[in-house]
Amino acid sequence: MGVDPTSGGAPLAPGAEQDAVLYQVTESLKEKGFVVAQLDKVVNWARTGSMWPMTFGLACCAVEMIHAYCSRYDLDRFGVVPRPSPRQADLIIVAGTLTNKMAPAFRKIYDQMAEPRYVISMGSCANGGGYYHYSYSVVRGCDRVVPVDVYVPGCPPTAEALVYGVMQLQKKIRRTGTLWR
Amino acid sequence: MDQALLDLGEYISAALSQEVIDFEVRHDELMVRVRRDNLVKVAMFLRDDVNCQFKQVVDICGVDLPERDERFDVIYNLLSLVQNRRIRLKVATDDVHPVPSIVSVYSAAGWYEREVWDLFGVLFADNPDLRRIMTDYGFEGHPLRKDFPLTGYVEVRYDDEQKRVVYEPVKLTQEFRSFDFLSPWEGMLPGDEKATAEPAEGDKGEGA
Repeated sequence: MGVDPTSGGAPLAPGAEQDAVLYQVTESLKEKGFVVAQLDKVVNWARTGSMWPMTFGLACCAVEMIHAYCSRYDLDRFGVVPRPSPRQADLIIVAGTLTNKMAPAFRKIYDQMAEPRYVISMGSCANGGGYYHYSYSVVRGCDRVVPVDVYVPGCPPTAEALVYGVMQLQKKIRRTGTLWR
Repeated sequence: MDQALLDLGEYISAALSQEVIDFEVRHDELMVRVRRDNLVKVAMFLRDDVNCQFKQVVDICGVDLPERDERFDVIYNLLSLVQNRRIRLKVATDDVHPVPSIVSVYSAAGWYEREVWDLFGVLFADNPDLRRIMTDYGFEGHPLRKDFPLTGYVEVRYDDEQKRVVYEPVKLTQEFRSFDFLSPWEGMLPGDEKATAEPAEGDKGEGA
């Protein structure tokens, strides 16, 4: 992909025109040895290109989350690689029913994540308690415990829906475009 | 199959005439009602007797029947792989009289008994570790009792000032509604079997 500097950042279609721009860029890079870009753009590019989610499967939604990671949908293409440690994660996907007993542990894991951190609430149970809304042991929505960026509806949401949710979050990060959250 | 189960029931109640109250075979399953104080002896017999050999405890569960004096039934499902048989024991109790623990007979029973204790509040005498097993730390009440409210008493939320998850009394924005699924327009169509059925309580003229 090359970006036409005159057209306000819209991506160029592959073809002769794109090749010309790419050639131009590579040539000047070869000659001068550096590129100039806007820092926030680069930061957002890096953030959206490697969002590592904390593995946090709580119930049946976890199965769909696993599907999204596996070969058919392959979230790895988006740089989304599940991490076993909150310290290495930028994102936590709450996949399943959050119970009262789990809530303090979940909050602790969220607190251990480094800034900037994002939360995707996946499925009816995480969104608002869902089927267990009136239960004595279930948190009526994980947004009572952590701030949520993207809600993915469904019971469970399909793997495609989760991939769409991740893309929405990327869009949100790009649109917000701040260095500090 | 039925005859074999009846024979087994006869055999058990003959061998343990003082301990067994009665037995019945229903849906090809044998159920034996046992006197509470003799449970360990019955379990020991069922495990060790050569015609029984119920060496596995598959599950222990509870039933709450609030209209009864002894409101709880504790149910033991046992399996004999040698005889290819299953058996169900029933013991009645209330919330003060403990059921003797069968951990000395089946070591796997410990956590099942904890589960029944946690969810029903049935006491088990001589269980070495009778703690809660499923509900939240510091949970109050026994949620599978019929008099326990569906939504419980507390809910959790993260408190931004205290920087921790706090417990608060339950506040529902909308009460739980029970639908009877007999909507007013059902039963109007010709040939609908619900047309002649007695309307349920509070069914007519109550919309949303």
